[in-house]
Amino acid sequence: MRNPLNNKVVNIQPSGIRKFFDIVSEMKDAISLGVGEPDFDTPWHIREEGIYSLEKGKTFYTSNSGLIELRKEICNYLYRRCNLTYDYRHDVLVTVGGSEAIDVALRAMLDEGDEVLIPQPCYVSYLPCVLLADGKPVIIELKHENQFKLTKQELLDSITDKTKVLVLPFPNNPTGAIMTEEELKEIAEVVIEKDLFVLSDEIYCELTYGTKHVSIASLPGMKERTIVINGFSKSYAMTGWRLGYAAGPSNIIEQMTKIHQFAIMCAPTTSQYAAVEALRAGDPDVQMMREDYDKRRRYVVNALREMGLECFEPFGAFYVFPCIKNLGMTSDEFANALLQEEKVAVVPGTAFGECGEGFLRISYAYSIENLKEALGRMDRFVKKHS
Amino acid sequence: MREKILKAIDKNSKLTAKELAVMLGAEEAAVAATIKDLEAESIICGYPTLINWDKTESEKVTALIEVKVTPQRGQGFDRIAERIYKFDEVKSVYLMSGGFDLTVIIDGKSMREVANFVSSKLAPMEAVLSTATHFVLKKYKEHGMPLVHEIEDERMLITP
Repeated sequence: MRNPLNNKVVNIQPSGIRKFFDIVSEMKDAISLGVGEPDFDTPWHIREEGIYSLEKGKTFYTSNSGLIELRKEICNYLYRRCNLTYDYRHDVLVTVGGSEAIDVALRAMLDEGDEVLIPQPCYVSYLPCVLLADGKPVIIELKHENQFKLTKQELLDSITDKTKVLVLPFPNNPTGAIMTEEELKEIAEVVIEKDLFVLSDEIYCELTYGTKHVSIASLPGMKERTIVINGFSKSYAMTGWRLGYAAGPSNIIEQMTKIHQFAIMCAPTTSQYAAVEALRAGDPDVQMMREDYDKRRRYVVNALREMGLECFEPFGAFYVFPCIKNLGMTSDEFANALLQEEKVAVVPGTAFGECGEGFLRISYAYSIENLKEALGRMDRFVKKHS
Repeated sequence: MREKILKAIDKNSKLTAKELAVMLGAEEAAVAATIKDLEAESIICGYPTLINWDKTESEKVTALIEVKVTPQRGQGFDRIAERIYKFDEVKSVYLMSGGFDLTVIIDGKSMREVANFVSSKLAPMEAVLSTATHFVLKKYKEHGMPLVHEIEDERMLITP
């Protein structure tokens, strides 16, 4: 029999997180600091709107781009929150989670051999999506001493004449790093000068602490070369609804819509109706969740520092990224030993790129009680091993 | 600062001043002093525990009583409300708008005990015109917390 498989797919490495997930799943009574999704339930008024749409029999396809009312609300939202002006008719595509938006954006933009700059540590899907789109991923290793922000120099050093797209994943999973307006301006200058495009993954845009998120697309000259990726998973605690969107120049969105049309048809209808309610009336929920995360963020950073772990203050998402280099263990060894000895699951930094070596991703999407227990066990572990 | 502290301990009174200070990004001494002030001003009135008695062995009934009263000259409803809330078995008393005046919530060991209270203590008060007693059959939610089902974390242990 012939080999039924595509080499490109076969050669893609499964996510490092998957391997660890299998080990953790074996352990029934482990407590986890390893999730990448909110602990809140979707606010009831949003769920209720989804239920209501089902009761009314809204169980059919929507247009490929998504419900008109949802696209209108997305444009309203992007204007009120990020000062971005988009036309709901041509500039927005509603997708199955932010993940699909990332995938179709890269497929719509890349020709074979085009280079895509990926700052790491970062979310696990950019790299395989670039490979599947026949692009060439070029990793930029972000540094702890820069608080894992992307600097102008790092960007300049990685650009070749094949470079086409820069992935900009801020607020960042797994580091919690954010980019301020000033820092984005420096990046934007280079992007414009070198005629690049930006895939700006802003899925955590509602979760910044102390400062308001700024979208790079809102800087002069950037809207026409930026695809903004966003969604409902993190802001409104709607991970299971699988709903995200992309907003950007109509010529790119048009091609993305074509791929989406043939591969997906349309995002889930029930989720779209719920999302309309989220955008219309969900601001207080977002505010409440943000305030709660902020308390836990301070609590976790303080607890990790008290353990003697070096830990820069993260101002975004719901992750802390402490350094464990002074314990003489790799991230993998630390995570495995912590799981075996104290039954606490954390994700090794290496799951998000090689430069995550020496770090752990700790999620604070948990109740204070849960955090207290888990960090208490971790403290015991660190004391024993230092 | 005051409001931040109150919001933080509204659903969890076990947080210590030290923990609150960390979580709110403030000094421990300042948090402790503010809590003291809030207690002195009776803004924080106590630190009760939310117990689901239905899950214990002990027998307990809760009743909500609608009470119509005659307000008294110069003192409105306050005096009669005070006479009622001073009974230990009375858990809450609210002045209401609408068809009756006071809501009285009481806890008793049995329906008979509650009935006794109403007939021998509450109804005979001079200012009380009428009472209507409703017994609670099941408590679903108290103080913003659901009582009926265990909250389980259904998330996978590790996700990207």
